[in-house]
Amino acid sequence: MRQSIISLLSGALFGAGLAISGMMDPKRVRGFLDIAGEWDPTLAFVMGGAILVMAAAWLLQKRLIKPLFANNFNLPGTQLIDRKLIGGAVLIGIGWGLAGLCPGPAFGALIVEPLSAALFLGSMLAGMVLHRMANL
Amino acid sequence: MILTGFPDAMPFEGFVGGLLIGLAAALMLLGSGRIAGISGIAARAFALGKSSLPVPAAWMFLIGLLLGAFSIHTFAVPIQSTFPSSAALLAAGGVVVGFGTRMGSGCTSGHGVCGMSRLSPRSLLATATFIASGMATVALANALGWGW
Repeated sequence: MRQSIISLLSGALFGAGLAISGMMDPKRVRGFLDIAGEWDPTLAFVMGGAILVMAAAWLLQKRLIKPLFANNFNLPGTQLIDRKLIGGAVLIGIGWGLAGLCPGPAFGALIVEPLSAALFLGSMLAGMVLHRMANL
Repeated sequence: MILTGFPDAMPFEGFVGGLLIGLAAALMLLGSGRIAGISGIAARAFALGKSSLPVPAAWMFLIGLLLGAFSIHTFAVPIQSTFPSSAALLAAGGVVVGFGTRMGSGCTSGHGVCGMSRLSPRSLLATATFIASGMATVALANALGWGW
């Protein structure tokens, strides 16, 4: 229950942030990747703002024995740099560049462009299922 | 606010929105001890992930995301959004993003925001890689006439 409330609030802040920052506009996101064209640096400011707050949160996290509303931290601990990490990131970049979308903005954009966003999201889920079937 | 040389950029709105995204991720980290990685949360919502996040909590995050975006759109600033008109680009983009986020264990939120701010070498490398790969893809798409 506590996890669900935190998730709802965190999701709401995330959605509001994506909407305000212009990141729900695939054309703008694509513009960030279009360095040889009319480059749009907005995404860098979004990343900067988000990382600033999160860097402070990580400093606080080191001082906590457990989270405020849960019994323990569930954080990725792996340090392994392998082909899966790099290959996955290359693929993400290809899809991001083709469609101008990554998962968060695609969900949020259901509000303004339901059919196109749903097509992207449905395909994304299919890609996730394919990955599971490929058993990589 | 206008950035000289970049008439379409929204540095102020971008930064403020970024602060909210950071707060969202900070709440998830300090409140429930988890990473706000949307590809992982989405996978979990459809029972595809191995994470210990309860499935209902994954749905609550996605519902919250829609509510947050809807509130801004309705009560503050209407969301401007231009999608590619090609269904093929959307479908192809979706499939590779879905496959890639599972293979690479995260996307823009998990690696880009949560991991980079932690100075995780994995996330720094993943983020640099998907930005470089995205830039190469856009350049190639433009050259092939697939730009939009």
